[in-house]
Amino acid sequence: MLAARLPKRVPRLPPPVRRIHSSPCRRSDALFVHRDTTYNNPKIPFEFTSENMKRAQEIISHYPPQYKKAAVIPLLDLGQRQNKGWTSISVMNYVAKLLEMPPMRVYEVATFYTMFNREPIGENFVQICTTTPCMLRGAYDIVDTVCNHFGGIKPGDTTKDGKFTVIEVECQGACSNAPMMAVNDDFYEDLTAETTKKVLEAFAKGQKPKPGPQSGRHTSENSAGLTALASKPYGPGEFCTPEFQ
Amino acid sequence: MLRLVSASKPASAALLIKVAPSTSLAGRRTFASTSARQADITLTVDGKEVTVPQGSALIQACEAAGSTVPRFCYHDRLAIAGNCRMCLVEVERSPKPVASCAMPAMPGAKVWTNSPLVHEAREGVMEFLLANHPLDCPICDQGGECDLQDQSMRYGADRTRFHEITGKRAVEDKDLGPLVKTSMNRCIQCTRCVRFANEVAGVEELGTTGRGNDMQIGMYVEKTMNSELSGNVVDLCPVGALTSKPYAFHARPWELKHTDSVDVMDAVGSNIRVDSRGVSVMRVQPRPNDDVNEEWISDKTRYAYDGLRFQRLTVPLIKQGDRFVSASWEDALAAIADGLRASGAQGDEIQAVAGHLADTESMVALKDLINRLGSDNLTLDSVGGHAAPVHAVDVRSNYLFNATLPGVEQADCILLVGTNPRHEAAVLNSRIRKSWMHTTLEVGLIGERVDTTYGYDYLGADAKAVADFVAGKSEFAKKFKSAKKPLIIVGSAVTEHADGAAVYNALAKYVEQNKSQLVTPEWNGFAVLQRVASRPAAYEMGFVPSRKASQTKPKFIYLLNADEADPKSIPRDAFVVYQGHHGDLGAQLADVCLPGAAYTEKGMTWVNTEGRAQMGRAAVPPPGASREDWKIIRALSELVDAPLPYDDVLSLRDRMWEISPTLVRYDTLESTSVEAALAGLKTLAAGTANAKVSGAPFVKPISNFYQTDPISRASVTMAHCTRAFVKGENYGFSELSSKPEAAYA
Repeated sequence: MLAARLPKRVPRLPPPVRRIHSSPCRRSDALFVHRDTTYNNPKIPFEFTSENMKRAQEIISHYPPQYKKAAVIPLLDLGQRQNKGWTSISVMNYVAKLLEMPPMRVYEVATFYTMFNREPIGENFVQICTTTPCMLRGAYDIVDTVCNHFGGIKPGDTTKDGKFTVIEVECQGACSNAPMMAVNDDFYEDLTAETTKKVLEAFAKGQKPKPGPQSGRHTSENSAGLTALASKPYGPGEFCTPEFQ
Repeated sequence: MLRLVSASKPASAALLIKVAPSTSLAGRRTFASTSARQADITLTVDGKEVTVPQGSALIQACEAAGSTVPRFCYHDRLAIAGNCRMCLVEVERSPKPVASCAMPAMPGAKVWTNSPLVHEAREGVMEFLLANHPLDCPICDQGGECDLQDQSMRYGADRTRFHEITGKRAVEDKDLGPLVKTSMNRCIQCTRCVRFANEVAGVEELGTTGRGNDMQIGMYVEKTMNSELSGNVVDLCPVGALTSKPYAFHARPWELKHTDSVDVMDAVGSNIRVDSRGVSVMRVQPRPNDDVNEEWISDKTRYAYDGLRFQRLTVPLIKQGDRFVSASWEDALAAIADGLRASGAQGDEIQAVAGHLADTESMVALKDLINRLGSDNLTLDSVGGHAAPVHAVDVRSNYLFNATLPGVEQADCILLVGTNPRHEAAVLNSRIRKSWMHTTLEVGLIGERVDTTYGYDYLGADAKAVADFVAGKSEFAKKFKSAKKPLIIVGSAVTEHADGAAVYNALAKYVEQNKSQLVTPEWNGFAVLQRVASRPAAYEMGFVPSRKASQTKPKFIYLLNADEADPKSIPRDAFVVYQGHHGDLGAQLADVCLPGAAYTEKGMTWVNTEGRAQMGRAAVPPPGASREDWKIIRALSELVDAPLPYDDVLSLRDRMWEISPTLVRYDTLESTSVEAALAGLKTLAAGTANAKVSGAPFVKPISNFYQTDPISRASVTMAHCTRAFVKGENYGFSELSSKPEAAYA
C-alpha cells in the first residue's frame, strides 16, 4: 500500500550542467591577444627581402625622420604581403624594430585595422561584401554559393587544401556593382551564383580571371544601355551661325 | 589624442643603424614644446566668474569655480584622452554637451555643469558605461572606493534600457605580475593605466588592442608589467579592473584607519598614507605632495608592508652559547651594561653603527650617548661607512639634493654620475622622464649602463669618464657647458667607491669653474642623490667618525638598524648589540638584540635627500615588547651611567634643534646660500686634492630594487617581485592561492 504511493525509483541522471548565466556567448571575430603557436611565435624569423627593404626605405623616406613611425601601416602591409598574406607577430616585431617604436604601438595598429590578418590565410583570400547594398542585391546567396562551393565551410574558414579563405566583409565601396567579392586584391562585381563559381574555379586552377563586372557590362554603366544623353553629342561647328561654320 | 613618445632601448638600436640613419634622441620629442602661456582668461561657470590661466581645460575651470564635474578618464597628471564622456557640460551656443576635459576654457564662455541637459547627458553616459560593466560590486575589491560606484549613485539613472540577450562583454584577465590583479570585465577603457604606463612609468608595453566593443587593455603578448611604479595603476583605475594583488580581499576601505606618514624605503621621503586595521598595516597608499612625490609611490613603498609582519623582533634577546634566549628589558639592558664593562671598551673602542632605517631621533640619542661614553666612533652602515665620507658633512649642500625634487624638471641638461635613479629614487626618475618627454632635456650617464626609461648619452663607466667630462671632451660635455640650468646628480654610491674622492674633487672643481650656471641664487645644480632614508639626517647631525676614531678597532659595537654590515668588519671578541625591528643580518651578529619599532609604529622625523624634514606618524603599535627606538637608548643610558638629558620626545626635538634647526623645521626646505655652497665645494676640493684614481668602474648600488632593507627582505610580496622581475621566473602567486582553496574542496 504504502510502497505504491512512494515515487518510483528512477535511475539518477547526472545533473544538467548549470551555468551562472543563461545567455549565449557573443564572440568577437578575432582574438585580440597573442598566443604563441607553432606557426606564430616571436622566435620565427622574419626580415624584409632586399627588394622589400628598398621599398620600405622609400616609404620611410616620405616621413620626417623623427616621425618615421608614421610609416607603420604601409610597412605592415608590405610585411603582410611578404608573409603570405598575414601579419604574424614576427612581422609586427620586425616593423617595430625597423621604425624604432615600442612593439605594443605596432600591435595596437595591427589589431585595430581589420585588413591585417593576424592568423594565416589560404592562397586566395575571398572577401564577400554583405553590407546593405550588396545584401539587397543578394550577397547572402553569394556567400552561400561560395561556402557550398568549398564544401560547406563557414565564413572565416579556410578550405582543407589551404587554397581559399572566405570571410564576410563590410562595404568595399563598389555598391554600384553589387553584389561583389574581392579575391586577393581584385574586385569581382555584378556576381551571380554562376559567375561566382566560374571565378572561383578559375582561381582554383591557378588562373586569374578578368577583374571587374562579371555581367559583361563596362564598369558601372547602366546594364540596360544608356537612357539619357543617348543622342550623339554635338561637336564644334555644329548649330552655329554660318559665319562661324 | 594620446601624446606618446617612444623611448629607445639601447639594445634595440643597434639593428636599426643600417636601416635608416640614426636620429638623435633630441628628434623624438612631443609635438608641442612651447611652454604654457601665462595670460589669464575669465569665464563664467554656473553663474560664477572664474579666472584661469589660458590653456587650461574647461574641467579645470569648473573645478576652480567649485563645481564638481564627474570624470573617469581625465587625470590632471596624465595626458588628456577624452574618451569616457562623463565630464560633459553645457556651454552657451554649443549645440551639444561638451566634454570639458578635452575642451580648452575660452574667455567669456558661459558654462553650466548642473543643467537638465547635463544631467541627462551624464545619465546617458553612465548607462553606456554600465551596459558592459558586471554587477559584481559585492565581490569587487574596489567596492567603497570605486569611482564608477560612487558616480553611478550620484549621477546615474535608476534603470537601464540595455537588456541584451547576449549578455555583457567578456574579456579575459591579464597577468600583469605579482602586484597588479586584473579583472578586465570591469574595465571601462578610460586608458588611465595605459597613459600612466607610457608617460610616467616608461613601460611602453601596455596599450589597447582591438577596436569598438572588442577593445581591451593589455600587452597583446603575455608579459608582466615590469616597472617599479606599476602599483600606481591600481590607484588610477577608477573601477575594479586593476586592483592590488597582495591586498586582495583583505579589507574594505571603510574598515581602515588612515595615518599620514612618510616612506623610508628610499631617501625621497614619499608622502604616504598608512591604512591599518587593528594592529596590522593593511596597505600603503600615496599622499599627493607636489614638492616630493607628486601622486606616485614606488612599488617597494607600496607593497613592502607585509614585511612588517614577518621576522620581527618582539622581545629582547640575549645570546647564550649559540642561541638567543628571550629576556626582560631589565635583563637585556643590564646584559649590555655588563657587556660594555666586560669588553673593556674605552673611548673610541665603543662604536655605534646607524643603519638604513634608523630614525633621526634615535640617531641623535645614540650619538649623544656614544659621545657621553667618550667615543667619536660613529659609523654609517655602508661600504666605507667606518670613515668620514669624502664630501665631509660640514656644509649641507655637499651631500644634499640641492636642486630639489621639483627642480629637476627645470633642468635642461642632467649628468648622472654613478647612479641609477630608477632604482635609487623611482619617483624622482619619473620626474626626469616627464621632463625628458616634454622638453629638450639632455641626459648623460657615467656609471653602469641601465634602462632609465629615458634616453641618455653614455659617457663611460669610471672616474676617467668624469675627468673627460670635466675636460669637455664629449659632445654632451659641450652641451652641458652651454646649458642654462645644468644639473649634476651624484649617486650616493660614489662616496662608497674607491674613486669617490677623485670624482668629487673633479666635480667640485668643475662646479666652481662653472658657477655662473651651476650655483646661482635661483639654481644649485650640484645634487647628491642619497638612497637611504636615514643618511641625510645622519650627515646633518654629524653622525660620522673622527679620523682617529675610524682607525680604532672597536670592542663594543652598537648596531642601530644596521643590517648591511659586513660580518668581517666586526671583530670576533667585540660585544655587539643590535637594536632594530627585524631579525635580519644585524641581529645574527649580535650578543644582545633589542626590539625596536618599524617606521609605521613610531612618530619620528625623517630627512629626505633634499634635506626636507618630514614627520612620520605611528599607525599601529609596535609588536610585543618592542619600543620606540630613542626610548630604548634613553633607558640604556641610565644603565651605562651616562644618562641622557631628555625624557620625552619634545625635549629630544629641542636637542635636535640645538644640533641643527633644519631637523625640526618640518615640510620646508632651507636652501644653502651661494657663498656657503661655493665655500663647501672649495673645502671639498681641498680635502680631496690628492686623491688617486684606481679606474674601477662604478657599479650600481642596488642590484635588486625589490629587496634593499630588512622590511622588504622579509616581505613575501617583494620576494615574489624578485622572482618575477629580477630573476624572471614564474612567480608563485597563482599556485599559492590555489592550495588553501583545494583544502576546502
